[in-house]
Amino acid sequence: MAVVFEKPKALTDAVLHYCPGCTHGIVHRLVAEAIDELGIQGKTVGIASVGCSVMSYDYFDVDMVQAAHGRAPAVATGVKRANPENIVFTYQGDGDLAAIGTAETVHSAARGENITIIFVNNAIYGMTGGQMAPTTLPGQVTQTSPYGRDTQTVGFPLKVCELLSNVDGATYLERVAVNNVKNVKAAKKAIKKAFQNQVEGKGFSLIEVVSTCPTNWGMTPQNALKWLEENMIPYYPLGVYKDKYAQED
Amino acid sequence: MSEKVLMKGNEALAEAALMAGCRHYLGYPITPQTEIAAYMAKRMPKVGGTFLQAESEIAAINMVIGVSAAGKRAMTSSSSPGISLKGEGLSYLAGCDLPAFVVNVQRGGPGLGGIQPSQSDYFQATRGTSHGDYHMLVLAPNSVQEMVSMTFKGFDLADKYRMTVMLLADGTMGQMMEPVSLDMGDVTTYEKPWAVTGTGCARKHNVINSLFLKPEELEVKNFERYEKYNYIEENEVMYEEYMMDDADICIVAFGIAARISKNAIDMARAKGIKVGMLRPITLWPFPKKEMRKIADKVKCFVSVEMSMGQLIEDVRLASECTRPVLLCNRTGGMIMTPEEVLAKIEEADKTGGEN
Repeated sequence: MAVVFEKPKALTDAVLHYCPGCTHGIVHRLVAEAIDELGIQGKTVGIASVGCSVMSYDYFDVDMVQAAHGRAPAVATGVKRANPENIVFTYQGDGDLAAIGTAETVHSAARGENITIIFVNNAIYGMTGGQMAPTTLPGQVTQTSPYGRDTQTVGFPLKVCELLSNVDGATYLERVAVNNVKNVKAAKKAIKKAFQNQVEGKGFSLIEVVSTCPTNWGMTPQNALKWLEENMIPYYPLGVYKDKYAQED
Repeated sequence: MSEKVLMKGNEALAEAALMAGCRHYLGYPITPQTEIAAYMAKRMPKVGGTFLQAESEIAAINMVIGVSAAGKRAMTSSSSPGISLKGEGLSYLAGCDLPAFVVNVQRGGPGLGGIQPSQSDYFQATRGTSHGDYHMLVLAPNSVQEMVSMTFKGFDLADKYRMTVMLLADGTMGQMMEPVSLDMGDVTTYEKPWAVTGTGCARKHNVINSLFLKPEELEVKNFERYEKYNYIEENEVMYEEYMMDDADICIVAFGIAARISKNAIDMARAKGIKVGMLRPITLWPFPKKEMRKIADKVKCFVSVEMSMGQLIEDVRLASECTRPVLLCNRTGGMIMTPEEVLAKIEEADKTGGEN
């Protein structure tokens, strides 16, 4: 019988610990599919970050390093510089990448490190129970913004793709979402391209995946997707923010 | 006898690191260790290595983690305030059982402090660089020659025990010039089957990790790591004794303070005072057994240090408080003179260390 659907080889058999409706599972699968399709599983090294995806080192069937909070791009830099033939990616959330690890993010881009960053933006700290993130929307209620994010006192969310699009060293920046089939397909294409760029030595690629956190948003998975479409995507428009090699494609 | 060359401590250390097979230097500028980075920036491209000036001390130590995880010898260097920033990474290196070579060319503190030589990071190096149960092997050279030999040995110890080796120098060690031999012999290479180099789809994936959510597992990990530390305490202690055969006063000092103390001892001996010195070369593991034995022979100890009394605590612990311990110290970047040490020796001789 023909196999029409199976688990990517780059995922282990471990059962994911993510909450029902969380989009990490989809993003993990897309990353693993990209690794499979490019035939790079045996030479890929992943860097897990701190947050909900900390245990991604158990899920990706490639060599993995678990980095300190925000430091994944620095660890990735070390791994890549040590063995440039390896394909090195980080998998980071919004608190990790856009708050405590802002310097590592911006400077790995500025150096044009030949690495791939998968950035999952769900506008909240999930692992610690739903605190305000650097990407929490204005007015959004979290455990540490119980009256809604007040931009007068705590300022505005960081738009990472827009910010990095001004960094000369960055090669490829795209914001995607995994809220429907069409967007999942586009996300897959972007993630694969971000790995392909590294294979071709083109430099720094970052894919921001606008995601949901039903548990900490206090919504059903379905309502979370609806909230993402009505609130997240308008604030974080999807699309390519930078593609140095666009003309060649 | 190999040929000797005149070199500055910081540059000699950098050359020794290259000889030890280090091809990845990740750092951030800070006085008084800048020559190390400058030397590496010049030399690394010539030997096919990587010199990378990171955006911060924090990024630099995490790049060291990446290089080390990938199975290569890596180093970073800094000075006191910068080492504080590296603390997080040093704890992760310990938790991940990764080798690393880290240099601290100490300056005065706390805070931004000053840029003159100091030994006030003794507690930081031997006790609490960062969170959690762990140790670093701490080497304290007292000459440019030892900057070279301890660097060479440091890389070996780091790989052998899969842990951080810190070379604790000071501004004087880094800046002074002395003739050195760079003949260090062969580099021992270690198998690193745990490194993340890609599975080649031929083995189970390697995971470098310090997270253990089950306390039972984390406890076992820590117990195992301390078995290694116990072995190191039994086997890797290094020290030098000077004129201890008939001494009834024992100076304890390391680094530049030990050099100065040697002069003071010679001056005291000329006056007929029986004084000697135990110079710890490894600050962790500390030469506890040797000090305990000496405690039975001498009437008192003098801790000579460029800090407010940090080394003195290990002297008291190792001698089990069986003898009085006097403190002879300067701090904030000030260096004691041999005369100041001599005065303290004479006080010890007269009072036996008792007030």
